[in-house]
Amino acid sequence: MPAFTMQVFRGDARGGDFKDYRVEVEPGMVVLDVIHRIQATQAPDLAVRWNCKAGKCGSCSAEINGKPRLMCMTRMDLFTEGEPISVAPIRGFPSIRDLVTDVSYNYVKAKQVPPLRIKPPEPDGTYRMMQEDIDRVQEFHKCIECFLCQDVCHVIRDHEENKRAFAGPRFLIKLAGLDMHPLDTLDRSAFIKDSAGVGLCNITKCCTEVCPEHIHITDNAIIPLKERMADDFFDPVVWLLRKFRSTRKERA
Amino acid sequence: MANHDYETHEHDVIVIGAGGAGLRAAIEAAAQGVSVGLVCKSLLGKAHTVMAEGGIAAALGNVWPEDNWQVHFRDTMRGGKMLNNWRMAQLHAQEAPERVLELERWGALFDRTKDGRILQRDFGGHRYARLAHVGDRTGLEMIRTLQYHGIHQGIDVYMECTITRLLRDGERVCGAIGYWRETGRVVVFKAKAVVLATGGIGKAWKVTSNSWEYTGDGHSLALWAGADLIDMEFVQFHPTGMVWPPSVRGILVTEGVRGDGGTLKNSEGKRFMFNYIPDFFKGETADNEEEADRWYADKKNNRRTPDLLPRDEVARAINAEVKAGRGSPHGGVFLDICTRRPADYIKKRLPSMYHQFKELAGVDITQEPMEVGPTCHYVMGGVRVEADTTQSTVRGLFAAGEVAGGMHGSNRLGGNSLSDLLVFGRRAGLHAALYAKDFGGTLTVDSGQVEQASRAMLAPFERTGGENPYAIQSDLQETMQTLVGIIRNERELQEALKRLERLKERARKVHVDGHRQYNPGWHTALDLESLLTVAECSAIAALERKESRGGHTRDDHPYTDDTWGKVNVVLRLRDGRIQVSREPLPEMPNDLKALFQERK
Repeated sequence: MPAFTMQVFRGDARGGDFKDYRVEVEPGMVVLDVIHRIQATQAPDLAVRWNCKAGKCGSCSAEINGKPRLMCMTRMDLFTEGEPISVAPIRGFPSIRDLVTDVSYNYVKAKQVPPLRIKPPEPDGTYRMMQEDIDRVQEFHKCIECFLCQDVCHVIRDHEENKRAFAGPRFLIKLAGLDMHPLDTLDRSAFIKDSAGVGLCNITKCCTEVCPEHIHITDNAIIPLKERMADDFFDPVVWLLRKFRSTRKERA
Repeated sequence: MANHDYETHEHDVIVIGAGGAGLRAAIEAAAQGVSVGLVCKSLLGKAHTVMAEGGIAAALGNVWPEDNWQVHFRDTMRGGKMLNNWRMAQLHAQEAPERVLELERWGALFDRTKDGRILQRDFGGHRYARLAHVGDRTGLEMIRTLQYHGIHQGIDVYMECTITRLLRDGERVCGAIGYWRETGRVVVFKAKAVVLATGGIGKAWKVTSNSWEYTGDGHSLALWAGADLIDMEFVQFHPTGMVWPPSVRGILVTEGVRGDGGTLKNSEGKRFMFNYIPDFFKGETADNEEEADRWYADKKNNRRTPDLLPRDEVARAINAEVKAGRGSPHGGVFLDICTRRPADYIKKRLPSMYHQFKELAGVDITQEPMEVGPTCHYVMGGVRVEADTTQSTVRGLFAAGEVAGGMHGSNRLGGNSLSDLLVFGRRAGLHAALYAKDFGGTLTVDSGQVEQASRAMLAPFERTGGENPYAIQSDLQETMQTLVGIIRNERELQEALKRLERLKERARKVHVDGHRQYNPGWHTALDLESLLTVAECSAIAALERKESRGGHTRDDHPYTDDTWGKVNVVLRLRDGRIQVSREPLPEMPNDLKALFQERK
């Protein structure tokens, strides 16, 4: 059985350091298995957040050899025997302990997003939607809220001051999903521009690169939102038309 | 006075557990205008519901207009081998369609039919294609929809908070006590009504599809507070979990694979399920491959493929094939969809399965068969509740979802869990709120109970010389896996109970290092108490029921026995001991009985 040296961050908000653990690794193991083995045999109090261990709940986000990933979906055979592997908490959020961070920012932002306002149903009381009209939104609904996109986003990773008026990629896809939802009637333009701060995104696509669900965050959500903002707020023709014609959606 | 020392939150209703049932309960209680607290063991939106794959069973009749609640009710009762609480099964079948449409009104986007309605897929034990779904990530859609609807309803959400005891004022429940994971501090919730929505007990087994959270907390909290548990012998082993590599053993492979055309094969390449059709299902199951394959498209003139028999039947069949030496290289059987459906179709219908096998096992399911075997998945047993209100035998204590017993009888059909969460989650929230509104008196939190619970939580830090909790947990899982598994007998169950006594003894001495802040060793030590309690309940009930039915198979009592079909095994804690009794099932009214006489 090959053995690996795992360099795991141990510490809390006051500080900490990487500690080495030597662990035997069996075929098929993922980083989260190795962390669990360290807990069971060497460091019972090693703090880690996890639930499903199948890439579906988005709890076990970490920075592995500096790269933001889900620990449960990172196979150990990705690494060469003999090379140490570092496991650190996601740096975009305040530390609680060891690999666990305070992600409450995301829950605050979630609550600020104006929710779905649904149009009246068909006469039979139900709704009709065509598959091709919901394909794009279903892509956004794949989000498992691992917050890796929030973690790598340059706008907030090293700029605490931007957190107030920037929702981050996760909530930009949430907003895009609501915007493109066939049954929604609410115009969130002002919110998207001012509160979610879509203009701050400079399209480096780091969020898209780390998304474990392979959602095209930048291309399919953020760029369309930016284009709509440009139309709504900066295109004089659209601006004039809006003065005279009712918009598709009701203003938030 | 009790609570000066402890952080205390007061609500009309507190809901413990924030999966589908807990969220739906909290939303409904809030809609009744009462103050609601929602306590989650993990972060909001991470509960086990997120892992549900195949779909929500509801007789919408979008794909097969012949479908209706009576057919769904009949399928559910037959799937549970008639041991279900008939009234729960009836309410479930009647209300599931409205609950699904309600999710759509809250923003859920299910896959569509050609005419723009909610598409429905085939699943085991369901006569018609009945499961509303989103590819194979239906649970994710459901929990996100409830979560994003719920956060705007004025509910107070307490995340990463574990409840260790319910509090009682006389005969009533008056709240709960637990700890914050982040700080390790004790927290008290005072409430007129408590809804348990804590899910299941699957972490007591070694090979399981369940996460660390599933330690039977709600089952134990209810038992300790004096409530009855029923049907604890019935544990569902899902027939298809991953078996290779070892570290992913147990991870779920959705029944949707078979619903969408996949078949089970043994090492000889034979579709062995044709050899395992029980008499009970002969009339409705195809006995040859041609008919089975025609059934997907033409349900009127063909009978259902045996690959989609209820889960208990399929799990036993796989177990038997492996025992007979016809298993796959890693001790499972083959699940083949690659030779039966085009790659594009597989990727569109089963994207998570494609991803999961590719990433974790290095298997491309559009090119090769999967290796699968049974994995502990669900407990049918749980808190005994009144069907209409979900109230337990303790006043003010309600239960919904997996923690409640009765709805699924001895075996749950796939897809009936998500609908159960919504139907009975809503009912629990409604009736807990009505109960809280009606309650005119005052409740007093007894400082003795608070102090006792608080001391018990901190005890593992104070002991010296005891064991590491992970070792005890692992031995417990090994015991349940080998002695209280798919096939049971008296000798092994007796042995299991003996070993559980020794494990309880070890757990009483468990020792934890470090401090209280986010300490998983401590959390594991505290979870051991509920895990051992539900393990014991399950073994006691399994020893009591001397027949085989649904998710309880005894090789020393291999047949289904009609006299056992009339009783539930009931467990209750009296004077510190678990008492076991057999109590009659509620009698089904004649108009519903007639549904089973029409077509046999």
